[in-house]
Amino acid sequence: MNSERPVQQYFSPYTFNGGTVLAVAGEDFSVIAADTRLSQGFAIHTRDSSKDVQTLCGKTNSTVLGCAGFHGDCLTLTKLITARLQMYEHEHGSKMSCPAIAQMLSTVLYYRRFFPYYTYNILAGLDNEGKGCVFSFDPVGSYERETYRAGGSASALLQPLLDNQIGFKNQQGATEVPLTKDKAVFLVKDVFTAAAERDIYTGDAVIISVITKDGVTEEAFPLRRD
Amino acid sequence: MSSIGTGYDLSASQFSPDGRVFQVEYAVKAVENSGTIVGIRGKDGVVFGVEKLVLSKLYEYGANKRIIHIDNHIGMAVAGLIADARQIVSVARDEAANYRSTYGSPIPLKYLVDRVSGYIHAHTLYSAVRPFGCSVLLSSQGPDGPELHMIDPSGVSWGYHGCAIGKAKQAAKTEIEKLKMKDMTCEELVKEVAKIIYIVHDEVKDKNFELELSWIGEVTNGKHQCVPKEIAEAAEKYAKESLVEESSSEDED
Amino acid sequence: MAAMNVPGFQDQLWGNGPSPGAVYNFPGIQMVLKLLSKFHQQRELCKYPTTTGTSVLGIKFDGGVLMAADTLGSYGSLARFREVSRLTAVGNNTVVGGSGDYADFQYLKSVLEQKVIDDACLNDGHGYTPKSIYSWLTRVMYYRRTRFDPLWNQVVVGGVHNGESFLGCVDKIGIAFEAPTISTGFGAYLAQPILRDALEKNPSMPLDQARQVITRCLQVLFYRDARSLNKSKKHLHGVSRVISRVMKNVLVKWNRQVTQQTLETEDSVPAGQQC
Repeated sequence: MNSERPVQQYFSPYTFNGGTVLAVAGEDFSVIAADTRLSQGFAIHTRDSSKDVQTLCGKTNSTVLGCAGFHGDCLTLTKLITARLQMYEHEHGSKMSCPAIAQMLSTVLYYRRFFPYYTYNILAGLDNEGKGCVFSFDPVGSYERETYRAGGSASALLQPLLDNQIGFKNQQGATEVPLTKDKAVFLVKDVFTAAAERDIYTGDAVIISVITKDGVTEEAFPLRRD
Repeated sequence: MSSIGTGYDLSASQFSPDGRVFQVEYAVKAVENSGTIVGIRGKDGVVFGVEKLVLSKLYEYGANKRIIHIDNHIGMAVAGLIADARQIVSVARDEAANYRSTYGSPIPLKYLVDRVSGYIHAHTLYSAVRPFGCSVLLSSQGPDGPELHMIDPSGVSWGYHGCAIGKAKQAAKTEIEKLKMKDMTCEELVKEVAKIIYIVHDEVKDKNFELELSWIGEVTNGKHQCVPKEIAEAAEKYAKESLVEESSSEDED
Repeated sequence: MAAMNVPGFQDQLWGNGPSPGAVYNFPGIQMVLKLLSKFHQQRELCKYPTTTGTSVLGIKFDGGVLMAADTLGSYGSLARFREVSRLTAVGNNTVVGGSGDYADFQYLKSVLEQKVIDDACLNDGHGYTPKSIYSWLTRVMYYRRTRFDPLWNQVVVGGVHNGESFLGCVDKIGIAFEAPTISTGFGAYLAQPILRDALEKNPSMPLDQARQVITRCLQVLFYRDARSLNKSKKHLHGVSRVISRVMKNVLVKWNRQVTQQTLETEDSVPAGQQC
């Protein structure tokens, strides 16, 4: 009986709008990247949704949040987090550190444990000692500090690649050289190009933010647009 | 005020033996302490002019306006306690918005005046509340042409061709009566309104004032608007010049 | 009682914890339970669109934004209302267009209308910009979906502020984005490729060309979208304000290919009447 009714009548509060986020932590830097495609089903809403990556803090001591999944939740969550950061700054007279933002984000996500934000979040910045740090979250707020993580639609494609290239997993006799900034950016471009080949929800362009003690630099790199 | 001190003026809910409600009369006094406000209804619209007394040079220019929008097609000018007036403004706006959302069309001024005056009147009935210390003029451009109403602290309202409230209301009314406002356009009225405000302004008692001007009618396409800067300045200039002329002609006599 | 005075005695096994036999209360669960109970009765609570409008189109051109929508209000497959307006001006620099449930769109329209009046009453010299209207709509739409009581629309917002064009779109669950070309409903499949192609070939296209390509899209939509009509309304945003709007019949010829010539004749409406 249900199948007789038009599908549109059912209201689902969620959809998946694609988007892939990726972050890598180095010794004194971190890199975070996300593609700019916003899609729904087989339609591409926009090729330039740079809102997937949000710079959260100002010039110094910066943290960047990457957000993929249901775009409505992404927008709401980033708006909320931005407001909370502003409030923190007014109250404490200083910017929030990356680990502090991570804890707060977890709390914010868990608050909606039973009606979750359908978002995959990755946070990149520098920790209190100036070391690069990456935090990855699940939609309900459980989180972990890591050195590299891919999230969103092409995460399953990217993660094993990162395991191999950055984590030196499944390599025999490889010398584990520390990751440089240039190598990280190069890798990000490479793996996003690969993801765009296979994942229809990833493409158009990737925005790469490099975070160092001097601030955030942003770079856009084109991907295939089909 | 022969009955002051007889105990009948302590509550808005009690009459005096000779049938007066002193609290309301005191509220009227509060209005009479305020700067003069003039409203004239011409053949194609209504013009408001306000003598906004500026008590200190330290006040920011243009603050605490006494001419206020209620809806697109309704304007209000208030005399008396500004804080009391703001409450009336808020009630009037709510009424206008409510009417619009229920009936999908702009509220008729007559109906709005009924509602707002009912509200003001209700504040003259209870011992727990104080009557509003302000009178308001309301203007609109309705389907049957321009309208002008005044509500006083007792909650009584009248429709007018020309009306003045505040300090120099008598002098202003005398000036208004000299005009043939029924044949005058808004453009002509703006000048006259500005002139009246300048005439009745008491330079000895109140040094500084700002002239506020607004109009509504065919000239504004039925919307209540502040009179544009150039026109307002021209009207103010005309007012000042005719004031100088009059005083010099008086000197000659 | 005496035992309570003994140092270190706890009369509660677990302070702040659940009482014996009860379950721990998670933070925020009250709100969630309320929402969930609504979710379970969704068939009663959740509405579905009744009278609907189909695609809304929008494109940025050099110096403004052009938006168009046909004037049909469909009742299922019945072409019920043949002259409804699905584009509405908000203030003097923004236009909002709605596809989906027409009643919800009218509701939004009335709320926006009152918002603009309230804002004008402040008389502070500020007004809403296209972007602020868009931002407000994202919050309203998201809020309503979160309450499981969505406004069943996809809303397009276009306008010009300080010489800068804006074109954005919000849907019934709060997905929102800005783009140089936007089409909702069937237009997403039929018109969007045409619009994107035109814009890619000429990123700063003049108004004439924008009008031409939008007209073309309306034609294509009328040919293939069964819930569309060959009568449409266009809104044109000039550099600072909404210039004009006019009802116009899209020329349709079923029996032959639409040639460039028919497009041109159709576009040569007398001056002042042009969209």
